[in-house]
Amino acid sequence: MARFLARRLASSVLVLFTVSVLTFLIFEVIPNGNPALRLAGRTATSANIAAVEKAYGFNKPIYIQYLRTMGQIFTGKIVSYAQNLNVLSQLKQDLPVTASLVLGAAVLWTLLGILFGLVAGLNAGGKIDTGITVLNFVGISAPSFVIGYVLIYFLSFKFHVFPSSGYVGLSDPLGWADHLVMPWFSLAILYTGIYAQVLRASVVDTLGEDFVRTARAKGLSRRRVVIHHVLRTSLTQIVSLCGLDIAAVLGGSAIIIEVVFNLPGIGNYAAQSIGALDVPPVLVITMFGAFAVVVFSTIADVIYAVLDPRVRAGSSL
Amino acid sequence: MTALLEVEDLDVSFRTEEGVVRAVDHVSFSLQRGELLGIVGESGSGKSVTALSLMGLSRGPNASFSGRVMFGDLDLLTAAERQLERVRGRRIAMIFQDPMTALNPVHRVGDQIVEQIREHEGVSRRRALDRAVELLDRVGIPRARDRARAYPHEFSGGMRQRVMIAMALSCSPEILIADEPTTALDVTTQAQILAEIDKLRRDSGVGVILITHDLGVIADVADRVVVMYAGRVVEQGSLADIFYDPRHPYTWGLLGSVPRLDRARPARLPTIPGSPPSLLHPPAGCHFAPRCAWRFEACSGVPELSADDPEHTEHLGRCWLPLGLARARRVVDGSIGLPVAAAGDRAGTSSTA
Repeated sequence: MARFLARRLASSVLVLFTVSVLTFLIFEVIPNGNPALRLAGRTATSANIAAVEKAYGFNKPIYIQYLRTMGQIFTGKIVSYAQNLNVLSQLKQDLPVTASLVLGAAVLWTLLGILFGLVAGLNAGGKIDTGITVLNFVGISAPSFVIGYVLIYFLSFKFHVFPSSGYVGLSDPLGWADHLVMPWFSLAILYTGIYAQVLRASVVDTLGEDFVRTARAKGLSRRRVVIHHVLRTSLTQIVSLCGLDIAAVLGGSAIIIEVVFNLPGIGNYAAQSIGALDVPPVLVITMFGAFAVVVFSTIADVIYAVLDPRVRAGSSL
Repeated sequence: MTALLEVEDLDVSFRTEEGVVRAVDHVSFSLQRGELLGIVGESGSGKSVTALSLMGLSRGPNASFSGRVMFGDLDLLTAAERQLERVRGRRIAMIFQDPMTALNPVHRVGDQIVEQIREHEGVSRRRALDRAVELLDRVGIPRARDRARAYPHEFSGGMRQRVMIAMALSCSPEILIADEPTTALDVTTQAQILAEIDKLRRDSGVGVILITHDLGVIADVADRVVVMYAGRVVEQGSLADIFYDPRHPYTWGLLGSVPRLDRARPARLPTIPGSPPSLLHPPAGCHFAPRCAWRFEACSGVPELSADDPEHTEHLGRCWLPLGLARARRVVDGSIGLPVAAAGDRAGTSSTA
């Protein structure tokens, strides 16, 4: 277990290094990317600009700039160009919003995905199965922002069921949930469809396994066969998917939903920073996303090993 | 003495995309207490479907059944799923062919046995686990208490089959159905598992239905034998009847293709020419006729399963050949078998019979 975690830690360092270098280089080659122009203000003279370049070190070789920025990130002193605010404290402030959105949506899509996938798999070939499969593909094909705006149109403007935007902290749990229900669903529908299809396939396969026949031959009730043998065995796939998807959403998909519902989370921060070509926040958020991928995939692997003893034996976990 | 299990005219068909497959065709047999009944046949002969149907495990939207499977007063063929759940594992237990896949890989073996015990009896987990350990010990698993905590992948094939047997015995069933229990195992392990099953039925009086394609296995342990071919019973009788006075050319072919250590080694191992018919489009008359060296006009009709020897009324055969002729023809080179020549070459000569 310790060796496994150490190996993952080492690989995460490599991932963070690669991701940060790439992000840094992208902003270097973007046209009009020189931040000194914006920092110096609209009426700046070339002398002003040169002074800003010197002050921020933009005239130094790129690797010096990179090392300097990394140093600022890891000492917590990184400051955004556009607003001159500390990026990490901004991130800390936005994190609860994004975490509420992503984790809530993940719970929703996992539960719904398991429910739909199980029901479809157990009725494979029947009308219920066909219906669920059609719904899944609608969910998978519809872009999340479309679903978001449709929900806003009907549930906020037409019928005033849920607020259309904004975020309320967890100190008011009802308000918190009230503001997040629509974002959760908008984000979860895609993954619900994917998970339901994956689980359905897995359930159909597992139903044909010899050990399910054994379980029935033992005289177990159908309920017990389904939950303890079919679902329990199919879950391992869902778990590994879940880890990666949560990470992917944290580092990317949440941006769209946060913009649609005007949630002051990391995604919104990222969107604004990208629009302003503000390198420090984008760099930090990208690295945060990459780190999330490493962490959640590690967690998924650990849970996978707990769920499937064969994996435990095969790896050094 | 009434039979433990009475199968009458069991018929099982499956609807498939290509048409209706009649997997089991009017099969009847009975099982007595403490008896070991062997069902022999090659793949596709309907032996496994028969076994599964006895426990209602072949039910499905595309399956249809007729006949009766009487277990006491209960017809297992028409019993409700709830009733079957109380029979399965508790009164009739089953061991499957492939021990590598028959156990759930994600649960400890002890827990899998405990699960069965607790489904049928209201005992505590601890009591059930004690019983599971006792059972594992009884079927020859060393350090049973530790091993109960292990997962299936930590056992060898033979040991897994022992776990399966322990599980099958956990509720002291009246009938044990073993579907090719030794096929996936090496020869030494095979012998141990068979000895285990044989010992069991002697000790506990459990009736055993042993399904196999291996006549050697049958010869070792069976009391009575049912020979199946393409969904039908072609011959049934005592072990001695089948091995020393076989009635049906298919049985001759099976016996003739068993390698013998006590004779000179043949250039080629004898085989039965051809392959079993498709059950989608079976031959009109006797299912074995297309492969039979001795077929004649009558074979285009389905022969009855009948006792031909008045001294052995329990010995039934499904063949048109008169008894005397059959006894003469089954001898090939001094032992029982089918002629080596391809069936087609013989067709002309045998039709004069």
